[in-house]
Amino acid sequence: MIGIVGYGSYVPRYRIKADDIANQWGADAESFKKGLLLEEKTVPGPDEDTITISVAAGRDALKRAGIDPKEIGSCYIGSESHPYAVKPSGTIVIEALGIGPEVHVADFEFACKAGTEAMYVAYSHVKSGEMKYALGIGADTSQGAPGDALEYTASAGGSAFIMGKEKVAAEILHTYSYTSDTPDFWRREGEFYPRHAGRFTGEPAYFEHVLSSARGILELSGLKPEDFRFAVFHMPNGKFPLRAGKALGFKKEQLEQGWVVNLMGNTYSGSSPTGLASCLDVAKPGDLMLITSFGSGAGSDSFILRATDRLPEIQGLAPKVRDQLADRRIHLDYGKYVAYRGKIRMNEI
Amino acid sequence: MITPRYHREIPQRYRLEGGKCTQCGEVHFPPRAVCRKCGGREMETVDLPRRGKVLTHTTIWIPPAQFESQKPYVVAVVELENGVRLTCMVADAPPDEVKIGTEVEIIFRKLQSDPRWEVLQYGYKAKVVG
Repeated sequence: MIGIVGYGSYVPRYRIKADDIANQWGADAESFKKGLLLEEKTVPGPDEDTITISVAAGRDALKRAGIDPKEIGSCYIGSESHPYAVKPSGTIVIEALGIGPEVHVADFEFACKAGTEAMYVAYSHVKSGEMKYALGIGADTSQGAPGDALEYTASAGGSAFIMGKEKVAAEILHTYSYTSDTPDFWRREGEFYPRHAGRFTGEPAYFEHVLSSARGILELSGLKPEDFRFAVFHMPNGKFPLRAGKALGFKKEQLEQGWVVNLMGNTYSGSSPTGLASCLDVAKPGDLMLITSFGSGAGSDSFILRATDRLPEIQGLAPKVRDQLADRRIHLDYGKYVAYRGKIRMNEI
Repeated sequence: MITPRYHREIPQRYRLEGGKCTQCGEVHFPPRAVCRKCGGREMETVDLPRRGKVLTHTTIWIPPAQFESQKPYVVAVVELENGVRLTCMVADAPPDEVKIGTEVEIIFRKLQSDPRWEVLQYGYKAKVVG
């Protein structure tokens, strides 16, 4: 049996409400909130980045796994906001978590699906027998240009998953990927904010890849939507994952637990992995879960997981996603938000 | 902080590794070459507990330039569960949230990111346990 041995998520404490962003730019807040199905989003503190989020999530994954960090043979971090252009985030994360130095480290990038890439490669290493445990993380402090529609959703957070053959809490039964050259969203070298092709990011990009990947893995497994307790689809906004789920035949009750976007925003590489973590927080032994990510450019990864008897034993060992979303939030005004996000040009020190 | 010093201090700043005197058991943080209690020169590495309480604190309103965007922020002396004390910033905490005796957890955060062409520096801060 191969699967998730331990998992952890991190949600920053700071938030900004969609109303405050809309008021700043003279936009109609109600129409944005209705269109995106989103109330507020997380904001990283000035001392937070993909590395600190990965360490926080990784530490909770180690708590739940109950293993010696030295037994982890690889550490992969998927993000589109790695703090360095040249120097892997993973080098710092392994040092902080006490992993290595006998460890393989790489940073991944694939817009919003870099996290599931990291999980897939970590899983594959364990499956091949190359190593006992492998760590895959999806984390981001995503950027949206001021006033752009992305600014309402681009948020921060992440989740970490330790894959292994022993002490499995959620078995991975199937994986499936679907990728093509679909230029719906990009950021050129040296550009601060990403660009997107507006509505083109919907049908030919998100829905084409998410639906094809989900249909592919369902066909591969022989399972039907009604067999699953939970399903998670990448959450660029509130509407897309619900529409994708409905098109595939999933019901609202199956989608709600992993649908964290209304209170969290789009955590890019951390989005669908954090939705999965929210499902793992409450799943019961035997429950089946489907997760399908989406990364612009474009591609989707799907996983089918089944909770084991060990899952309930580890759920309470670290903070749960929905508890973190509700816990002691600090709402920033727009001025503080742009200062924290480094969107104001300051004098050089 | 120059890069060689930053690199040398990674075990204590990232993982909270202290030095325990093999002769008398005194735990030092940061680690020292010579025991301040018995003068012993043999130390073993120990991981310090991550939970503790605020012993005393102050709020910084006029910080050094590199911390300008974070003001006001709280700096505290934290006593860990094993009695070891350390000084650090309290992350994400409005000043009125930190009191003497407040329970905290030691977490990993970015300490300095300026100037922007230099190495990013990470290390420990405290977080109020809710």
